[in-house]
Amino acid sequence: MIRLENVTKQFGVVKAVDQVNLHITPGEFLVLIGPSGCGKTTTMKMINRLIDPSAGRILIKGKDISAEDPIQLRRQIGYAIQEIGLLPHMTIADNIALVPRLLKWPKKKQRQRVEELLEMVGLDAATFMHKYPRQLSGGQRQRVGVARALAVDPPIMLMDEPFGALDPITREQMQDEFIKLQEQVKKTIVFVTHDMDEALKFADRVAIMNHGKIIQCDSPEMILRRPANKFVRDFVGSDHTLKQLSLIKVKEAMITDIDTLHPDNTIAQAKELFKRGSSNIVVVAKTGEAIGYINREDLNKTPEDRFVSEITVNSISTVASDKTLKDALTVMLKNDAGYIAVSDENRKPVGLITSSRLRQIVSEPRLNSREEQ
Amino acid sequence: MQYILQNPGTVLKLTLEHIQISLISVAVSIVIGVVIGIILTRIKILQGPVLGLAGVLYTIPSLALFAMLIPFFGLGLKPTVFALILYSQLAIIRNTVSGIETIDPSIIEVAEGMGMTGWQKLFLVELPLGLPVIMAGVRMVTVMAIGVATIASYISAGGLGDLIFLGMQTVDLNVIFAGALPLIILALGADRILVLLQRKLERWREDLPSTGLVKEG
Ligand SMILES: Nc1ncnc2c1ncn2[C@@H]1O[C@H](COP(=O)(O)OP(=O)(O)OP(=O)(O)O)[C@@H](O)[C@H]1O
Ligand SMILES: [Mg+2]
Repeated sequence: MIRLENVTKQFGVVKAVDQVNLHITPGEFLVLIGPSGCGKTTTMKMINRLIDPSAGRILIKGKDISAEDPIQLRRQIGYAIQEIGLLPHMTIADNIALVPRLLKWPKKKQRQRVEELLEMVGLDAATFMHKYPRQLSGGQRQRVGVARALAVDPPIMLMDEPFGALDPITREQMQDEFIKLQEQVKKTIVFVTHDMDEALKFADRVAIMNHGKIIQCDSPEMILRRPANKFVRDFVGSDHTLKQLSLIKVKEAMITDIDTLHPDNTIAQAKELFKRGSSNIVVVAKTGEAIGYINREDLNKTPEDRFVSEITVNSISTVASDKTLKDALTVMLKNDAGYIAVSDENRKPVGLITSSRLRQIVSEPRLNSREEQ
Repeated sequence: MQYILQNPGTVLKLTLEHIQISLISVAVSIVIGVVIGIILTRIKILQGPVLGLAGVLYTIPSLALFAMLIPFFGLGLKPTVFALILYSQLAIIRNTVSGIETIDPSIIEVAEGMGMTGWQKLFLVELPLGLPVIMAGVRMVTVMAIGVATIASYISAGGLGDLIFLGMQTVDLNVIFAGALPLIILALGADRILVLLQRKLERWREDLPSTGLVKEG
């Protein structure tokens, strides 16, 4: 889809981008990351010809873009930046419809598209359409910025730290929504960020840059497990174990062979389960929710005609199955729990995460969970 | 007040003349100044010399400038309008340049990044967003034109200056007043109209910057 061949950009004596080669495949989410001034923005701006390379060439769908009209090229590439750059004198609707307007879409189609996009980024069309940018919060403006970049449904999106200026809570929320959005729209995305966690969250591949060069371009797993050199290792940071956990979904790693008991089951029934080799027993309420667990010790001390409810330890924490292992670990630490239940969207227990399971995952030589998906 | 009441026709005629002189010169000044200003934002090396020249023109005393123009234009309306245009250029050009150049660079970047042509960028982004600063220049120039046009009475351009100078020669306060009152109303009124116009054009902004009125004369 996008191919950079030996691309170099020199500003005076500064080599902002130095012999960069990259091949971005259709639908890929590529994240450019690196220290400030390493050439991320410059690399990105060469793709929509806001900057022309000093040497090398860039191909989009096989065509050398230096031969194309930059105006036409840019209208086919979504562009979102940290400062958002909403036009303050235009309403939100006019801002979003800017490129459609440049492309002379009929008014009605423009309006429909605006409503659709506002919906897509989680803003109520009727409320926001006629507002001006200064009447919106930072997070809302950022959403509008993303909506505007998506306006003509461009196959390629360039995003330069689009969530960089947001507070951590809003940023995380926007990131989660953006992941869902990307699952719907499936664009080829080049995304610049400073934030390794953000990179790992989004990326199919991460390109780590330094002094204008790409040091390593690999999947998040490989970046974490096989950093190419000391620079990458340092850049990823000492908490790469934790970062690995943030790459894996709970549902990919949980122990799934669990058995459930109801509080009004008898101790005899519980013992029967243990005898059959079950070691992961969750007590669930009639509604299906996990409410606790039982110890084998308690079980052995209790007469067989008593009920499970009498020995249930009513404290089990749960984590949703679409969270990451990092979230699971957080829950475990917060509740000082050795294991926690995993619940599906109906809050029914579907598995368990235990501390030994986490240890096992971190020490696995290779992670396949993502590829399996 | 006496003179005005006795000669309403004369006062009205001179007021209209005054309006005519000011209006023509301000309108032409805006067109020329904004165009030059836009060109200067595109060809930045011209900024120094052009603004320098406009600055020099601005400092020439008005009577001297009128006198110097007589050999080329004779007496009357033409040299007056020409002089006022020359005077106005500094404020209009400088405000156009700074109005456009102080726009948040991220907005310009996005405008280009979304594929606007040069003209689209100019009309959809640069002029509307530069408007507050440009309008501040226009207001300054308008008030100045109304003031300086008074002096143009010396070169037979007509206008309210006729009454003021006549009054000064004959030491007749009534006549001076008959010239001064409409002049003040004119200046305040013109500025007010421009403020209202600006408000209308900039409904997206809440607050208008208060522009200091520059007195000239
Ligand atoms: N227009 C320019 N003129 C001169 N030098 C420039 C220009 N744009 C960028 N540079 C230089 O090129 C280098 C790379 O800049 P770039 O903006 O690509 O960095 P970046 O990786 O995006 O940094 P940041 O994370 O701070 O945004 C820097 O040393 C910068 O000073
Ligand atoms: Mg940057």
